[in-house]
Amino acid sequence: MSLESLLPVSILLSSLLPGVFIFLVKEESHILRGVLNMAGALIKLLLVGVMIWGVYRGEVYETRLTLAPGLDLVLAADALSVLFVTLSTVLWLVTTIYAIGYLEHSPNRSRFFGFFSLCVSATVGIALAGNLLSFVIFYEILTLATYPLVAHRGTPDATRGAKIYLAYTMSGGVLLLVGAIWLQAITGPVDFTQGGYLGVLSEGLHGPLVAVFLLLLAGLGVKAAIVPLHGWLPQSMVAPAPVSALLHAVAVVKAGAFGILRVVYDVYGVGLADQLGLLTLLGILASTTIIYGSIRALSQDGLKKRLAYSTVSQVSYIALGASILGPIATIGGMVHLVHQGIMKITLFFCAGNYAETLGVHNVSQMDGVGRRMPLTTLAFSVGALGMIGIPPIAGFVTKWYLGLGAVEADAHWVLLVLAASSLLNAAYFLPILYRAWFRPEPDSWPKESLPQGRFETMGALLWPPLITAALCLIAGLFAAAPFSPLEWAELIARREYL
Amino acid sequence: MVDSLALAVSVPLVGGLLATAIPKRAQALGLLASLVAVIAVAWVLVGVWQEGSLRSELGGWAAPLGIALVADGLSAALLAMAALVALGVGVYATGYFRRGDAAAHFWPLWLLLWAALNGLLLAADLFNIYVTLELLGLTAAALGALTGSVEAVSANLRYLLVGLLGSMTYLLGVALLYTAHGTLDLGLLAAVIQPGPVAASALVLMTAGLALKAALFPLHFWLPPAHANAPAPVSAALSALVVKAAFYLILRLWLDVFAPVVTPWAASLMGLLGAMAIIWGSWRALRSERLKLLAAYSTVAQIGYLCLFIPLLQALPPGSERDDLFVALVLMALTHGLAKAGLFLAAGLVQRDAGHDRIDDLGGTAQNMPATTFTIALAGTALIGLPPSGSFIGKWILMTSAIESGQWWWILVILVGTLLAAAYVFRVLSRAFNLEPTPRRFVTQARTEVPALLLALASVAVLGLAADSLWRLLGMGEGA
Repeated sequence: MSLESLLPVSILLSSLLPGVFIFLVKEESHILRGVLNMAGALIKLLLVGVMIWGVYRGEVYETRLTLAPGLDLVLAADALSVLFVTLSTVLWLVTTIYAIGYLEHSPNRSRFFGFFSLCVSATVGIALAGNLLSFVIFYEILTLATYPLVAHRGTPDATRGAKIYLAYTMSGGVLLLVGAIWLQAITGPVDFTQGGYLGVLSEGLHGPLVAVFLLLLAGLGVKAAIVPLHGWLPQSMVAPAPVSALLHAVAVVKAGAFGILRVVYDVYGVGLADQLGLLTLLGILASTTIIYGSIRALSQDGLKKRLAYSTVSQVSYIALGASILGPIATIGGMVHLVHQGIMKITLFFCAGNYAETLGVHNVSQMDGVGRRMPLTTLAFSVGALGMIGIPPIAGFVTKWYLGLGAVEADAHWVLLVLAASSLLNAAYFLPILYRAWFRPEPDSWPKESLPQGRFETMGALLWPPLITAALCLIAGLFAAAPFSPLEWAELIARREYL
Repeated sequence: MVDSLALAVSVPLVGGLLATAIPKRAQALGLLASLVAVIAVAWVLVGVWQEGSLRSELGGWAAPLGIALVADGLSAALLAMAALVALGVGVYATGYFRRGDAAAHFWPLWLLLWAALNGLLLAADLFNIYVTLELLGLTAAALGALTGSVEAVSANLRYLLVGLLGSMTYLLGVALLYTAHGTLDLGLLAAVIQPGPVAASALVLMTAGLALKAALFPLHFWLPPAHANAPAPVSAALSALVVKAAFYLILRLWLDVFAPVVTPWAASLMGLLGAMAIIWGSWRALRSERLKLLAAYSTVAQIGYLCLFIPLLQALPPGSERDDLFVALVLMALTHGLAKAGLFLAAGLVQRDAGHDRIDDLGGTAQNMPATTFTIALAGTALIGLPPSGSFIGKWILMTSAIESGQWWWILVILVGTLLAAAYVFRVLSRAFNLEPTPRRFVTQARTEVPALLLALASVAVLGLAADSLWRLLGMGEGA
């Protein structure tokens, strides 16, 4: 075993092992638990840094374990997996800080942080999975690891939300499983290949390949919240704010979208997917989801629910990018994997801060909240404007590339979808910003729990959204700098279309 | 030279006799015998790993006159699984039976059961199999009734009668074969058997008898009450091992001895019964009010999965695909054994802590015992067949084979079974989340919680990630 072959598995273990130990930590040992959490997150960050540098220079990292003849568990790093691994690693670090602050006095923290670490380990496994079998394994583990997080509060609402989450994801999971097995029965064991591996042997197999794609898409679509498989997402809003942040920006929803990218680019290949008419189908589904999610978001008064429908809508930009043939749209879709993550996590952190500090859960309670919590609201504004697509925030870059890619591929209808969606985004985000900044403060907040200290709220709650909001700006402003998400997406697109 | 095969049978037997003779020291003697027996089994395992198979004639008398013991990969794998479960059950029992007389009754019977099981797995002829099968049934029923409650006694009396009926039916089949061929040695019989009315009737009789003991649908009716009312360590052994032993014999008969007699039609019938077992067992598990009853019905369903392999195996010619499928079958059986043992042991702790095992009222208990709830979760993962458990790999290969052989309808059954299993497992797990105060530590009773946790963990992590060595042990795949 060389060092190169140990790197992927080390990245996985850097959160898995702390997670296992955290379960054994006594409830009252805050410090030990905090040290385990942060040590894991920092080591992971370091290892990912090494990996980014290596993959950029064309190194090959692969850990392979034979589970059975023909069934290999493969963890490998290519440009696409590095994009997702980096996103989840950075956001895990930030979310851990936030969660430590958020759950300061709540019960069952060892259980929470244990599953939190398992959840991130599963996400990293999904990112690094080198073949469909490995992907399915981690995808299912993710379902298992997130369930306790959604149910964490233990209220009847929470158990109900968790049950709905489980019903959707398990059903999706078995469809994905059948699709993956069917595909492997056709092709034998093959690793993900840039440009796809089905092109050469698709002769005479178009029927089964379309069926397999539908099965895979159904399985992935549940987690990616593609309409009509999105029903679980608004229901699981009952989870604590750090969990919502994780579900929406890092782990679950992203895992689905990432899987769609993998299947389109590295299993079927865009050429074959287009030839089979699958890209058109994906485009229609994605566009429907984008519009539907935005429309539903308009009428939600609950802030987290509004954000949830916004996620439904925004995540489908990734699938939309994949459904347009051509490298520029591909870049737009890939880069949105990161951009949506950092923008949405900012919004959820802020929503959590409003709820935790002031007891504000609904949009209608947000009048004047910008005066009471200016920094949080500033971060929220950056996230919201980014979602609408205002330059120079990250979201603009995404929409620009998607639009340009659509023009390049003569898919002008996509421009309509983008325009309509941006208008709708504005229609559900701008009223919030107006209320927050321009309406007068109420006499008292619903439940002001934290005393006003030096800052508007606890430091552990304030810094994470400020950091991620800064990331949104940096990703937009310095989009052309080396190692920016955009540059990296271009690297992936170059390798996919070669 | 001392014979590892003979030791694997005789050590628990001697331990059982000693425990009977000195009831005051039953527990210490029992634990000691368990440890020695585990070492003996490990020795067998190493031998099979190196040489492929072992055979020994007791007293130097060759077949067909003497008693022979044989171990191949399949029996070694099951022997090892039984040893792990037995070790876990043994350690657990030291914490579970608090009254001295309960332990004094438990250990002799339990060690006798283990000896009978090892004898059955190593037996080389049909008559010895009958003897060990009978002994297994008797000890199992006696152990099951150990609590002395009315439900337990009546359920296990029924179990005893059903078991006797099963072994008598089996013996009738054996008699037919002996009349026709004059031998009972498995190897010799496999060489001479021909399709015909005698072989077919013998197969039907023997299978029916064994199916009754393996609780194969629709002959499963006796299992849920018997397993659910036994003391927890006994339930674990019954569900994980005793039922498996009968299924192991069915497998030996169908795939080895009677292979030329089995028709596709008969194999499909087995598959169909398996499919019905999966659906019915899982459904009843979902509807069960009590945790141990749920676990017992889940056993009915899991035996069904094993039966699904038979039509697919029958359809495949000898070769690497058939080998893979066969190992997958063994893998699923092993996974279920470890997982179900862990689940029953955990259920016993829940029942003891709460004073009952009604699922709907388990809230506080489940949350108070994190390690036990975790055990249930891990065992549940294996029962559903989710990664990274061994049964995930088993199901993957099973479904691949179903697609490749065109028998895709089995996939639908597997999917429904998987979703039902997820529903019944999470019905229990959802009780672990409520507004009870936080438990202070992960493990509260190490002697009982840790064995259960380790068994469940082995079914998920060890069998899932190290499954490849099973191919090597069974002498199949590239390693062989």
